[in-house]
Amino acid sequence: MKLRKKIYMTAGYNTISLGTGRKEFHPKKSRPGIDHYIKESGKATLDKIGGGKNVDECVIGNFMAARFNKQANLPGFFPMIDDDLKWKPAIAVEGACASGGLALVTGIKSVLAETADVVLTIGVEVQNTVKAIYGADILAGAGWYGERKTGHAYFFPGKFSDRAGAYFEKYGREKSRKALARWYRNAIENARLCPTAQEFHNKIEDLETMALMEPNPKAFVNNLNVFDCSKVSDAASAIAIVSEDGLHRISISKDDAVEIIGFGQAQYDITKPPADLTRLETTETAVKKAFESAGITKDDLAMVECHDCFTIAGVMGTEAIGFAKPGEGADFVADGNTTRDGKIPFNTTGGLIGWGHPTGGTGVHQAVTIWEQLTGKAGDAQIKIPDEKPYGLSVNMGGDDKTVVAIVYKRG
Amino acid sequence: MTYVNRLQNVTVLGAGGKMGSGILLLTAMEMTDLSLLPENKDKDFIINAVDVSDKALSGLMDFLKTQVTKAAEKKTVILRETYKDRSDLIENSDIIKQYVFDVMKIVRCTTRLEPCYDSTLIFEAIKEDPDLKVKILSQIVGNNKKSPWFFTNTSSIPIHELDESAKLDGRILGFHFYNPPAVQKLAELISSDSTQKEVIEFALQYAKKLRKTIVHSNDVAGFIGNGHFMRDALFGISEVERLSEKGSFVEAVYKINKVSQDFLIRPMGIFQLVDYVGLDVCSYIMSVMNSRLSDQNLHSSLLDSLIVKGVVGGQFADGSQKDGLLKYEKGRPVGIYNPDEEEYTLISEFQEKCDKELGTLPKATLPWRAVIGNPAKKDILSDHFKELNSMKTLGAELAGNYGEQSKKIALQLVTDNVARNEEDVNTILLTGFYHSYGPINEYFK
Repeated sequence: MKLRKKIYMTAGYNTISLGTGRKEFHPKKSRPGIDHYIKESGKATLDKIGGGKNVDECVIGNFMAARFNKQANLPGFFPMIDDDLKWKPAIAVEGACASGGLALVTGIKSVLAETADVVLTIGVEVQNTVKAIYGADILAGAGWYGERKTGHAYFFPGKFSDRAGAYFEKYGREKSRKALARWYRNAIENARLCPTAQEFHNKIEDLETMALMEPNPKAFVNNLNVFDCSKVSDAASAIAIVSEDGLHRISISKDDAVEIIGFGQAQYDITKPPADLTRLETTETAVKKAFESAGITKDDLAMVECHDCFTIAGVMGTEAIGFAKPGEGADFVADGNTTRDGKIPFNTTGGLIGWGHPTGGTGVHQAVTIWEQLTGKAGDAQIKIPDEKPYGLSVNMGGDDKTVVAIVYKRG
Repeated sequence: MTYVNRLQNVTVLGAGGKMGSGILLLTAMEMTDLSLLPENKDKDFIINAVDVSDKALSGLMDFLKTQVTKAAEKKTVILRETYKDRSDLIENSDIIKQYVFDVMKIVRCTTRLEPCYDSTLIFEAIKEDPDLKVKILSQIVGNNKKSPWFFTNTSSIPIHELDESAKLDGRILGFHFYNPPAVQKLAELISSDSTQKEVIEFALQYAKKLRKTIVHSNDVAGFIGNGHFMRDALFGISEVERLSEKGSFVEAVYKINKVSQDFLIRPMGIFQLVDYVGLDVCSYIMSVMNSRLSDQNLHSSLLDSLIVKGVVGGQFADGSQKDGLLKYEKGRPVGIYNPDEEEYTLISEFQEKCDKELGTLPKATLPWRAVIGNPAKKDILSDHFKELNSMKTLGAELAGNYGEQSKKIALQLVTDNVARNEEDVNTILLTGFYHSYGPINEYFK
């Protein structure tokens, strides 16, 4: 469905993604809490748009603060950011790792519904409060609880390991593992260019060889190793979603904004396994809807921020978006087409594997990255956006391809 | 009696101590893993944690809870399989807590000896005092009708001596864990001529289940580990005495400690290691060895005089280092004890001067941490020692002497029939002492 009103995003901000890999991270030292991240990101965006007084409504995307941080009722944090947000409407949305994407579409819909001209949108997750083995329990909530007992200790790595196994079997293990290692290398190389990225400090030279390490099923999962996994991250991102009137109110020109020209949302039954383990069908559906809504095709894109919670999800993502036929995503990636100077740059600041994956915050982080790239604010990570291709696509996935949000952005 | 039956009723003597608590942890987990097998679900498993100190036993429970939790967190993938029929245990956290409880529930803490009269396997990890060990073992064997087997953790007392004095009929062997038992991969296994075959077979199976590397040592006081370490330490002390004839004591200690660490690429200097083990423990082991090995004088008046002054080293309950010959801050040496002034002198006061006197390290040198797991370890060490041997500095000379002496000690252990072969000595030093190379090597004359 074509959007009936012009919608923009602007004034994005990412905190650093804190966790293993960052020099300042030490598992035994105390760290900032979720309130710190909400405040840092929210305030940075408010500072760029003239403060809380210019905001009509607030949305926060988060997955599991109730368990990671023993904190629910997150809308309550908005007035903490800025006293002018007191008495304003605020809402929290949740759809596992797509919570950030859902927060964005919630904001978009408010502007479309004309109940708001300026929406402050935040995505946040603070996950390093527990060790990975307990974090796996919490994150398993993105799947169906009926499967938890029979599921793997590392539930989601287990799910995507099964997908990788099916993909290996159908299309060949060696070429697929090589593609996963290449995906990892791209992610780290891009993250090294982004000072907020969790792998910013990564200095390892031969990334691909390292990433080809054989999986160890006794300690982890059958078909993936630790380099195939996204990071455990503490981070928040914020962005303002505004109408044309809203842009005027916050005194930001279109040059400093991106236009949202379409989006697609799709949902799959959480109690049912995927029909085909080698495909991300919900992603395919959401992306198709987004393209239809935007009136463009994949060939118009200058960049993609995709949901590479695991390297295999990145490879399958290239197929779901339509850059490669089923089974050829591995070749597409291994041949370097998704690097920052390849045919279609993917995850230009590292994605979930390189930048980090603050689960409920990731969708907003993707939007901020695309806003930075399309408006020329990406610093060392800046890629060239061709004039004839002023578009970006974000794909944010919750659970095992269950809840998906795809958004198409255009230079403002 | 099968392996499982043998492990149904076990006692650890000295369970509140540094070694005993580790032995109890590993054995209790092994017993619990057995108890969770479907075929053993009707069997009872009990491990008595015996110690003279209630406080130590209370500390043991804290230690167990922490350590078993850590172990369970590491093997959750396997534990989910173990508990797959328990529909009430769903999340990893449920499973980890259950495993911790299942280990804790077989442990019986006591300050009395009576419970171990029912045990079929008894680990002994009490003070390194032959008379005390004999007294306790005799008392148990006199009251226990189950013909128990004894695994002693002694690091110096000959096994045949304990066997004969406590009248154990060959039902004892030395199973010498290294400190800390839960981390160290090495165990020295010492049998006497009369140790029963079945006891040895069981010990090997138990070691395999615990994934320990076993090195057989012959039944000579000190065995291989302390056979090398005590003489190595005594050489270090003699070097200090030699150097301090012409200079200051604290500077001599600093130099030898630095040479034995940095120049020899060992994990810690010799005096830090003495502090880690404890000066009192070292002195005790030396006296045990000295009274049984007639041909050498294994004794240090310096150690004795320091112990009298209360300088003993060892560790606090949390595992952190107590001050000994060296003073520590956050685990790093910052001072050296000056016996004349009876206080510590800060290393920073003389470090620069001493480093200058020692001379620089070879250019090829890397710190131990960067060498130990390095795939190019052989080349790194070879370059380091080649350069070191060609240098004319005081540091190079001291390091050369030290390495030669260490090699001599190691070779003597083979000649004296303490070790079965050279490789065993090297394995002990590599695995039990984390040296980056064995003492018997090409680097020294």
